[in-house]
Amino acid sequence: MTSVPERSRDAAGATRVVRGGRFRVGGVVRFVFIGVYVAFLLLPLYWMAVTSIKSQDDQLSDPPVWFPSDPTSVNFADALNRFNGWKGLQNSLIIALVTTVLAVALGTTAAYSMARFRTGGKHLAFWFLSQRLMPPIAVIIPIFLLYSRYSEEWFGVTLIDTRIGLILLYTVFALPFTVWMMYAYFRQMPAELEEAALVDGCSRLQALLKIAWPLAAPGIVSAAAFAFIFAWTEFLFAQVLGRSEAVTVPVALAGMITFFQGNLYGQASALTVVSLVPAVLLGILVQRHLVRGLTLGAVQG
Amino acid sequence: MGQVSFERVRKVYPDGTVAVQELTLEIPDGELMVFVGPSGCGKTTALRMVAGLEQITEGEIRIGDELVNGLPPRDRDVAMVFQNYALYPHKSIYENLAFPLKLRKLAKAEIDQRVNRIARLLELEEQLSRRPRQLSGGQRQRVAMGRAMIREPQAFLMDEPLSNLDAKLRTQMRAEIGLLHKEVGVTTIYVTHDQVEAMTLGQRVAVLRKGELQQVSPPQELYTRPANLFVAGFIGSPAMNFFEGRLEHTDGATSVSFGDGQRLAVDGQESELAGGLGGQGRRAVVVGVRPEHLEDAALAPATPADRRLRGLVRLRELLGSEVVIHFEVEAAPVVTEETRDLAKDVDESAVTELDHLRAARRTSFVGRFAADAPTEEGTVAEIAVTPGALRFFDPETGARIGA
Repeated sequence: MTSVPERSRDAAGATRVVRGGRFRVGGVVRFVFIGVYVAFLLLPLYWMAVTSIKSQDDQLSDPPVWFPSDPTSVNFADALNRFNGWKGLQNSLIIALVTTVLAVALGTTAAYSMARFRTGGKHLAFWFLSQRLMPPIAVIIPIFLLYSRYSEEWFGVTLIDTRIGLILLYTVFALPFTVWMMYAYFRQMPAELEEAALVDGCSRLQALLKIAWPLAAPGIVSAAAFAFIFAWTEFLFAQVLGRSEAVTVPVALAGMITFFQGNLYGQASALTVVSLVPAVLLGILVQRHLVRGLTLGAVQG
Repeated sequence: MGQVSFERVRKVYPDGTVAVQELTLEIPDGELMVFVGPSGCGKTTALRMVAGLEQITEGEIRIGDELVNGLPPRDRDVAMVFQNYALYPHKSIYENLAFPLKLRKLAKAEIDQRVNRIARLLELEEQLSRRPRQLSGGQRQRVAMGRAMIREPQAFLMDEPLSNLDAKLRTQMRAEIGLLHKEVGVTTIYVTHDQVEAMTLGQRVAVLRKGELQQVSPPQELYTRPANLFVAGFIGSPAMNFFEGRLEHTDGATSVSFGDGQRLAVDGQESELAGGLGGQGRRAVVVGVRPEHLEDAALAPATPADRRLRGLVRLRELLGSEVVIHFEVEAAPVVTEETRDLAKDVDESAVTELDHLRAARRTSFVGRFAADAPTEEGTVAEIAVTPGALRFFDPETGARIGA
């Protein structure tokens, strides 16, 4: 682990000796370039954060206000209490969490079976991936009709404008990705590890739970994060199928931008800031797990 | 502890590949049996069938007195060491060693005691709290051995356990495995493609080729009395030299002629080993002679003229204690399925070379001479054949005459 930075430091040292002054020029250019790029990416985020604490007058003023002299929390209170904010957050959280659990539980087991027992041959895995090629909008009308007109009659469940409806749909859309990701993960994991567990005294299920799952944890966490963020940010289906009760955060936000009394920039920004919290937390979590390649070097030297 | 027996065991993969055909073999309690052969010979498949990791298509496998065909791996009471060790990367060395015991729900104190005993035996005491990736190759190998031994199973199954180690360490670990087996005395099946490992470790060695058992014998017998051309060529390094010859009988003496009129006398020992060649009449044979049974004639002046052959020296490799001489003899090389397989086991290019020499009717020989042999490259050398060194094989079947 520690040998990598050491080696690169050596390499940098060697470069400095050979190239002399040019190295420093290259370094400065690189830092300027990266700095500009990062600023370019962060500026909209900053603008959103700062807008959320601006009073209404400051929001569109010219010249722009870079930082309000009298920061206010009124936008947050407004967004959460008056404009569906709490409801959206609640719905989004429940929908995203349940979707994540379902997608991971179903996706991991399907992927394991495909990777270890060649379930479905080599075509099933590709079939899962091919589901991602279809633009979701292609099925939105039939799904809307199914949900609004027939779901109660056929299945006895109300799917239109309910959390269950969105959870079902999101799980279906998140599954191909989860399956594919975990399939790749299980395939690179040496089968001998589970075989050793079988000989050591495990049943198949024990080998999965005690050996394969813990080793696949980084992959599972990443897959879960992707499923969560997909469900957290999905707008199209939520807008069409979510109307008034199953309002999610993106739908609530869109409602503020197109409010009949004018655009509620401050409130929208405030809700966005709140909605970013789980996404950022997840990002940090996933990064840690992706960096830690548990199986690397595990089997042979 | 227990014996392991194969009875007419067959393994056919779903795609129709026959990995093992009709394997019948008895491994008595406490024996170290080595399965050896080139890649794809079915040795690993046979081992995995004992472990229960591979379905048995036909036939019966017994461990102890129990028929295990339908038993899952965990109920077979065997332990396995994998080629890549298969240590659990997320568990410490202690947990790796304790895992089989925990699954058997042993008391904590008992587990602790056994882990410590094994760790002491394998010199792993310092490593118990570490993770597998923090260990060296040799230490990982030991942990894998320890995890197998800790359960005191009826049989050990080892699938090329040393092939991931470098040459020096491999020799050391090979000796350690041999010693451990002597100490523990558990029935062991050891799979390898390395004939040196097979010869040094095995109490008996089973040579397999294309899923078929060629010969099961103690190592020395494999070496002196190979059942056929394949076994003769596979066992021994450098490999046995083969060439085509004709048996002839004059005045009660038997000799073999080859190439452009060269002739070697067959001595009594060789004739006896071949089941008395006198009755064979004039016939084509494949002659085999091991490199270590050839010597520069200058160093063996007592060798009669009819126990010498001539060859053009192509290459001289000095190894300090001996010199390996590559030379060409005017004799037809043997190109059969067996020799092709043997060449392929070395390298694809060796097969092309075999065909090449076939066309030129020259055979490439290897000899291991004493280091002070005066042989020079580019000259024609007189080479003495040690008494009792010649083996004769049937050119049609490949079987050793007299086997």
